[in-house]
Amino acid sequence: MWDIILERGSYWAIIGVMMIGLYIAFSAENLIKRLVGLSMFQTTICLFYVQLSNVANATAPILLPDDMPKGAYGAERVADLAHAYSNPLPHVLMLTAIVVGVATLSLGLALIVRINEAYATIEADEIRASDVEVQLAEDADAARTGGEVVI
Amino acid sequence: MILETVLVSAPDWAVRHAAVLIVVVPMLLAPLLALSPSNRLAWVLTIAGTAAAFWFSLILLAIIQEVPGSAISYALGNWPPPIGIEFRIDALNAMILVLITGMGMLASIFAWPTLAAEFRGERLNLFLCAFLLCFAGLAGVAATGDAFNLFVFLEVSSLATYVLVAMGAGKDRRALPAAFDYLIMGTLGASFYVIGVGLIYAATGTLNMADIAAQLPALSGNRSVQAGLAFIIVGLGLKAAMWPLHQWLPNAYAFAPGFVAMFLSATATKVALYALIRWLFTIFQPELAFEAALLKWVLAPLAMAAMLICSVQAIFQSDVRRMLAYSSVAQVGYILLGISVGTAAGVSAGLLHLFNHSLMKGALFMAVAGICLAYQARTIRDFAGLGRSAPFTMAAFGIAGLSLIGVPLTAGFISKMQLGYALLDQGWWWAVAVLVFASFLAVFYIGRILQAVFFEPPLNPRKNNKEAPLLLLIPLWILALANIFYGIDASFPAGLAADGAAAALALGAPQ
Repeated sequence: MWDIILERGSYWAIIGVMMIGLYIAFSAENLIKRLVGLSMFQTTICLFYVQLSNVANATAPILLPDDMPKGAYGAERVADLAHAYSNPLPHVLMLTAIVVGVATLSLGLALIVRINEAYATIEADEIRASDVEVQLAEDADAARTGGEVVI
Repeated sequence: MILETVLVSAPDWAVRHAAVLIVVVPMLLAPLLALSPSNRLAWVLTIAGTAAAFWFSLILLAIIQEVPGSAISYALGNWPPPIGIEFRIDALNAMILVLITGMGMLASIFAWPTLAAEFRGERLNLFLCAFLLCFAGLAGVAATGDAFNLFVFLEVSSLATYVLVAMGAGKDRRALPAAFDYLIMGTLGASFYVIGVGLIYAATGTLNMADIAAQLPALSGNRSVQAGLAFIIVGLGLKAAMWPLHQWLPNAYAFAPGFVAMFLSATATKVALYALIRWLFTIFQPELAFEAALLKWVLAPLAMAAMLICSVQAIFQSDVRRMLAYSSVAQVGYILLGISVGTAAGVSAGLLHLFNHSLMKGALFMAVAGICLAYQARTIRDFAGLGRSAPFTMAAFGIAGLSLIGVPLTAGFISKMQLGYALLDQGWWWAVAVLVFASFLAVFYIGRILQAVFFEPPLNPRKNNKEAPLLLLIPLWILALANIFYGIDASFPAGLAADGAAAALALGAPQ
């Protein structure tokens, strides 16, 4: 029982941080904190992929000197390699995911700047409250100019 | 017939590379638009880009239809799949591509009058640049045959969408929090999708969709694969506004610029639904026990909940666009119900409703955008009496509204009837009851607007009669007439949907 849990210790740690990030992204009222939670969530996905690519007793997927191609480029086969390497594909995928994450984060921050200009606050509950006020004022306005309020 | 003419007249390079050009042309045009010195030039280039993509999609459809059941495989960079990234077009995505690019083209035509008024001509070229990026991303999602590539295109389109929604802030600052909420939810959805792909990659060691499909039968019962599918469904469900995950949609559609609401309602959720169909039927097989249970006990109840709850919510909205947005979530429920039947007839009915819903919601949002432009109307009371002041715009609105209800001789009737037949085949009579009742609810919410528009006197008698601009009326009437035409002769969309469903289910058959 303990073996199974401890063998996958890194996954447990990753899932733990992931859930913390998810919880912050959902529950925080401060918009910056929500973005921080979102970033944590995305970063743990990168950790998850890198963990997937791990091969037992292998090194990072960067060729060591004695594995450098000697003949024609690409003539090396996996069987000829002197060292074991981790799977490089998930690393490459995560490079793309990191770029996507940076784009999302910067767009989110830009939106927060605009929200701060428009509402003078970055707290979600205060934004909601001021939206409700605007809505009520509009409804009252409409009622005054005639016509019954429809539901 | 038209398709054959397109194929014969197309030059050789277009036929050979159509699968990738449909994404590359709008994507490369987008940065050019950002540099464009004039707004009008940017608009013409946008139409050119979307029209070119529409042309490529017709070429693809013609090639697919020449040999039934065939698929085009395009190896990017000439790296043969499954090592390289593959664009794979079969009858299913050919249909989706025609739909997206066609709606994108109509949307870009009416972009000019609405945007010129809403932004007073400021930096329109950057706005259109974001629109083309969104368009290219959606086309990429539909064209790609690589699971991770799909995520990248999904994020390209989503990031552009957040920008487009936030641009509604010029008229109403509530667009900003709506865009921010959409950003958080959309990113979480995409992240869930990536986790799912990672789990499936861990089990199969491949990212090519066809290759995953070939590996999966040997892995039946593998927990990692099952968890992966669960993550993917939640992720794509968020993007597709599946019922409990739809919270971002009403605000995003209600406060975005009218043009954006129209384009998104007609394409964005549809593409996510396509990806869902691809995963559920092409990559995984519905014969698998856990997937059959998932379809029947998770997707079908959620779909029916969406149909009932969101239809009721739509009845109680006073803002017209918010009402249409809730109705969109309900209509996604219809499509999901078709998918959850799991048979060829069910998926075909779902696809047909997807196509028709795009036509009717596109027309409805387009008419509302025109009315917003001419009368600054937003709530149902503002719409009172418009049937006399703007007869052409509101007649098209009425046609599309009747199609949404599912009145005979409109497109909505055909797809709802097919859906009903597919459900009865499985003996799901209770689902048919829900379907009929939800359509009955649609009579209420559409009826409320139609009554205000055609039978009530205007609140403040208007001095002049004003129609929406001509550039808006033309695409609007194309959509409205398509709603009637495909309600009388449904052979074209029904054929597309049947071929699409066959392609979705056939590729997943054990080899």
